[in-house]
Amino acid sequence: MAIFVDEKNKVLVQGATGHQGVFHISEMLGFGTKVVAGVTPGKAGQDVKGVPIFNTVHDGVEETGADTSLILVPARFAKDAVFEALDAGIKTVVTITENIPFHDTMEFVHYAKYNDALLIGPNCPGIASPGKTKIGILPGSIFLEGNVGVASRSGTLTYEIVNSLKEKDIGQSTCVGLGGDPIIGTTFIDSLIAFEEDKNTRAVVLVGEIGGTAEEDAAEYIKENISKPVFAFIAGRTAPPGKRMGHAGAIIARGKGTAKSKIESFKKADVKLAKFPTDIADLVEEFV
Amino acid sequence: MKLFEYRGKELFDKYGIAVPNGKLATGEKDFSNLNFPLVLKAQVPIGGRGKAGGIKTIKNLKEAKEKLSQIIGIDIRGYKVGKVLAEEMANIKKELYISISLDRSKRMPLIMASASGGMDIESVPDDKIFKEWINPLIGIQSFNIRSIVSRLGLEKEETKQVSIVLSKIYKLFREYDCELVEINPLIINIEGEAMALDSKVIINDDAMFRHTDVEPELTELTPLEKDAKEKGIAFVQLGGNIGVIANGAGLTMATLDALTHFKGEGGVFLDLGGTDDPEKVKQAFELMKKAKPKVIFLNLFGGITKCDTVATGVKSVITKEGIDCPVITRIKGMNEDAAKEILKDAGLITATTLQDAAKRSSDLAGGK
Repeated sequence: MAIFVDEKNKVLVQGATGHQGVFHISEMLGFGTKVVAGVTPGKAGQDVKGVPIFNTVHDGVEETGADTSLILVPARFAKDAVFEALDAGIKTVVTITENIPFHDTMEFVHYAKYNDALLIGPNCPGIASPGKTKIGILPGSIFLEGNVGVASRSGTLTYEIVNSLKEKDIGQSTCVGLGGDPIIGTTFIDSLIAFEEDKNTRAVVLVGEIGGTAEEDAAEYIKENISKPVFAFIAGRTAPPGKRMGHAGAIIARGKGTAKSKIESFKKADVKLAKFPTDIADLVEEFV
Repeated sequence: MKLFEYRGKELFDKYGIAVPNGKLATGEKDFSNLNFPLVLKAQVPIGGRGKAGGIKTIKNLKEAKEKLSQIIGIDIRGYKVGKVLAEEMANIKKELYISISLDRSKRMPLIMASASGGMDIESVPDDKIFKEWINPLIGIQSFNIRSIVSRLGLEKEETKQVSIVLSKIYKLFREYDCELVEINPLIINIEGEAMALDSKVIINDDAMFRHTDVEPELTELTPLEKDAKEKGIAFVQLGGNIGVIANGAGLTMATLDALTHFKGEGGVFLDLGGTDDPEKVKQAFELMKKAKPKVIFLNLFGGITKCDTVATGVKSVITKEGIDCPVITRIKGMNEDAAKEILKDAGLITATTLQDAAKRSSDLAGGK
């Protein structure tokens, strides 16, 4: 078992013929992902690593039955791409693109909700259910099939943590890259709900950072609804207010979004916190 | 991008929101078309300018010249005043607060309004601030506006005026990709007209490509941060003396946090991102050198990015351009062994764990 995605997802890649597209189609195929179609306007009839390319998402869906889309297009075309995917009936959209204007994200997040579609990202590395599928740009080599669920607002930091789990032989059920933007489609709470239901997940690791109140909201939810052990790491304990720390969403604004507030909320919800990212694995090892 | 008050007001004017008659003042000639009394307002990208001497009332031309020279060039919380806005004084009957910002949790534009205008909104009690969320797909509707204005204790004509301003700032918020549009205070003047006495407009940096009419303004950044932004590198200057280069925003933040644990203090946040392009690595080190840290801490995790490729880029910069401070490196992930050899060969210190590297960096930097 896994959450959100598994071996059944048939993936279409929007922005398939660029450097990133070609590289990651190959990486995903190597991981076992069912990549069935690619879309680049004007390039129908070509193929990338044997995956057929279509002009539109509608054509790709009709020909291949794709139900999932991976968005790799540049920021200024991302809104159009997500709308096109949803319009073609795609039910899982994973948006990797960084620097999308948040007004665009605001629109497609709501449109996805009206279409009962799952939107992951934007500005995320994607999602992986080890042994089943990987949809995104996460490095395949860091994963191990197992029982720990991971949800994170960060990319490399997550790889670091997942890798340290693997080094202790602790596998993962699903690792969700939620994204570093101020508005994201799938949140910590959405992931917690799914991990709680998933029989194969025995513990959950959350990787948060400064900015917004997603961690505080998650802590409230955990108190009432989550029975499985939750572990967390928060990045940005030393970040000054008003400075955007790399991610568009990582900013302490008007006194909100400090690491201190997040850490205290998690403590109150009995979430075990790690001081260093690499310590998470030690904490999990004691439990699993 | 935070706009100066006068530029925000230019946008208000474009959207038909009344603002006081005024202009940027540099000398005597600029006062000729304005009616005294006037208010002189220093244009700085932060609040609190009144207390810092950045706002002055003037009655006549003689005073105007004198007080203008008292404002231009002064330092307001680190910002040197270059521009001063001269405006005709308004006759205030009521002062309100209105703003539109993004509610990250609800993922919707949030309108906030209060009848307690003119003061710092954070000092206004919660029960005096009224909130309304707008569905971005359907936009602002009459019921949203009624819901807000009915709670402000306004007379009939005032209600009408404020309703129009609300629908106009929503339009501005959406069309200009704003993070914030704030009018504090929005006044009702003696003549019964709603007028914006101040403006705070922040445009989302990621959307600047479609607002070519807005001249970029990087007033809040240090010169090095501006330079980095032009090169597309995430770079933030902080108070300490250890320069951190890592890949990924979260990892870079976590690295800074680790330093603090060992009594070190980060001076630079530099996120290399997912690149292993030698040119980017070179630019990153050049920027870092200009920030003059006492120690550089390079923390890399190689996933898709290969550690040895980045290490080769680092070695090439260091051997060609030299470096005058110790560099502690901690490398993990894809091809880490090869990368460590390359970095050792370049004369850099290779640590084994994050903790080890953070401790050594902190100790070398003098625990400060």
